[in-house]
Amino acid sequence: MKKIEAIIKPFKLEEVKEALSEIGIEGMTVSEVKGFGRQKGQTEIYRGSEYVVDFLPKIKMEIVVADEKIADALATIIKVARTGKIGDGKIFVLPVEEAVRIRTAERAESAV
Amino acid sequence: MKQTHNLTKWLGMILLTLLVVGGLSFVWADDEPKPDPAGTATGNASDVQDASGTHFVVSEPVKLSDEDAKDPEKLKAYTDAKKAYDDYIAATTKEPLAVKLADSVGHNRVAINFTWTLVTGFLVMFMQAGFAMVETGLTRAKNSAHTFAMNFMIYPMGMLGFYLCGFAFMFGGLGAIGTMGGYAGLNHEITVTLFGKPFGLLGWKGFMLQGAGYDTAAFTLFLFQMVFMDTTATIPTGALAERWKFSSFMLYGCCIGSIMYPIFGNWVWGGGWLSQLGANFGLGHGHVDFAGSTVVHMQGGVIGLVASWMVGARYGKYNKDGTMNFIPPHNIPMCMAGTFILAFGWFGFNPGSSLAATDLRIGVVAVNTMLCSATGALAACLYMWWVKTKKPDPSMMCNGMLAGLVAITAPCAFVSAGGACIIGLIAGVLVVESVFFFDKIRIDDPVGAISVHGVNGAWGCLSIGLFADGTYGDGWNGVPGTVKGLFYGGGMSQFWAECIGVLTCFITLGVLTFIVFKVIAMILGSNRPSEEVEIQGLDIPEMGVYGYSGMVMDKEVETPHPKGFPTAPASSKSTVSTH
Repeated sequence: MKKIEAIIKPFKLEEVKEALSEIGIEGMTVSEVKGFGRQKGQTEIYRGSEYVVDFLPKIKMEIVVADEKIADALATIIKVARTGKIGDGKIFVLPVEEAVRIRTAERAESAV
Repeated sequence: MKQTHNLTKWLGMILLTLLVVGGLSFVWADDEPKPDPAGTATGNASDVQDASGTHFVVSEPVKLSDEDAKDPEKLKAYTDAKKAYDDYIAATTKEPLAVKLADSVGHNRVAINFTWTLVTGFLVMFMQAGFAMVETGLTRAKNSAHTFAMNFMIYPMGMLGFYLCGFAFMFGGLGAIGTMGGYAGLNHEITVTLFGKPFGLLGWKGFMLQGAGYDTAAFTLFLFQMVFMDTTATIPTGALAERWKFSSFMLYGCCIGSIMYPIFGNWVWGGGWLSQLGANFGLGHGHVDFAGSTVVHMQGGVIGLVASWMVGARYGKYNKDGTMNFIPPHNIPMCMAGTFILAFGWFGFNPGSSLAATDLRIGVVAVNTMLCSATGALAACLYMWWVKTKKPDPSMMCNGMLAGLVAITAPCAFVSAGGACIIGLIAGVLVVESVFFFDKIRIDDPVGAISVHGVNGAWGCLSIGLFADGTYGDGWNGVPGTVKGLFYGGGMSQFWAECIGVLTCFITLGVLTFIVFKVIAMILGSNRPSEEVEIQGLDIPEMGVYGYSGMVMDKEVETPHPKGFPTAPASSKSTVSTH
């Protein structure tokens, strides 16, 4: 069982959600975050005060996936979330120690 | 607590003084014009005029002294006037019904003017919402409840101060309220003689709108003038936004309508010495200010300037190396909607200042107001876009429109459409340069109030001395002839009169503001909240409620830490998280 954290462009959320649903990944947690990568921000000026816009809005999507589905999930996210322009985002894969479904107290694979 | 006890003591003393002063005004009631609280005796045949101002009722000419009777010119004038009077009396005898009808016509005429003054006054009252929205939109969300609350409470606070004594100080010596029935009970002006001329300094009638003040025309005038006073009162809340302790603001609110505003107001609009510079010293028509570029806007701007200088900049605004930090406006649409509300209200502000819908110059006044707002907005927008920051800045579009409106407030009745457009173009550029200038000298003005109201208020009055085209204003401030500026053959005298007014405004309000804010700081300890409170946001510590409850706010972006200064507040007791 692994956790996939995907940081993607906000307008890609619907597409990725639908594509993941088609390969059998139904649940996810989504948060609105901001971030930046290697690219430098733009300098703007407001009434004489300069400031740099570094952070851009992103969506962080977290899904916990059984080992056999990981490759498919990654391939799907990459295919759907890519635009080819800078700021497409990143994916991180982390190990998960335990998962529990609160309603039924199921554990491990049957919980996700 | 000791500070609260001191505060109560001070407020008690102020209230007692005002009650005594108000009570004293009863003592001076003798054989005076009879006030008309019910409105049943206001408006009659003597108020009937034709379009050019010729009165229907012809009054008996004053009998010539033997000395004057020897002068052939004076004798002819008297004889002509006497004949006109005799003809009129003969006509009234022949047509008594016409005379009765004239009473109704006069009453209706006065009623038209009452309606006009009241309704335009209501429009100006709504500008309070506009100011609140502009200021709150241009400052941060974490201070929104506080910023709006200041703009809200200034309405009752200013009004009550004006009611208690401000109106009496400003208009107590006004004399006849000509357009609304001619009631002349506000007839006590404290005057000194300087250089052999009378210098009106302060009114002293109509305290708490009783006695000579309890007249329906006086009440109507009070309402109209009160909303103008409140426009002045609300300007410093913009200049001092995001770092003004609410208790300090409330004490200021006690002073603005009661003392600070009415003094200069009396000098220009209450019949005081600035208005008589023409009659006394031949300087044009004296200091002319149709709707209040100096009386309202520059007063507010100067108070904002001096107070902002005294209170200091927002935490994190200026760095030691001379650069400054970006403190973002949290709601640009609110700011722009507020600006439209102000522009709409200005249609009450300027045309309403005729106090008469029967003065048909109001059409010109309204259009001049409109045009100047447009060129002001356009000039500011383009100037920012092409010259200053290479992007059209919405906040500066708003400041530009307001600058145009402020600048046309004084000259609106005296200039042509072309003049109004040019005044606006200059105002739009002036406000941009002024905003940058005040930041350069490190006077923090979050919304541009000082630049919009102070600088362009001065420009507005000075522009009368240049652009007044002589088509209006015959007899203004008791000087015969229309108001003419330099570019229309009026010479420099009107311009000098305006200069004196502008300078007087700057000095008087500068001194008054300094005294008031120093005293308030002494009473409360400080005009500012603590640094921790300022960083956290004023809403919870000062007001007890969030402006936007439940919304996540990014404090890291919202509060810059000033470069070159030691890191964040050193207090170990600080509960503020900087993350």
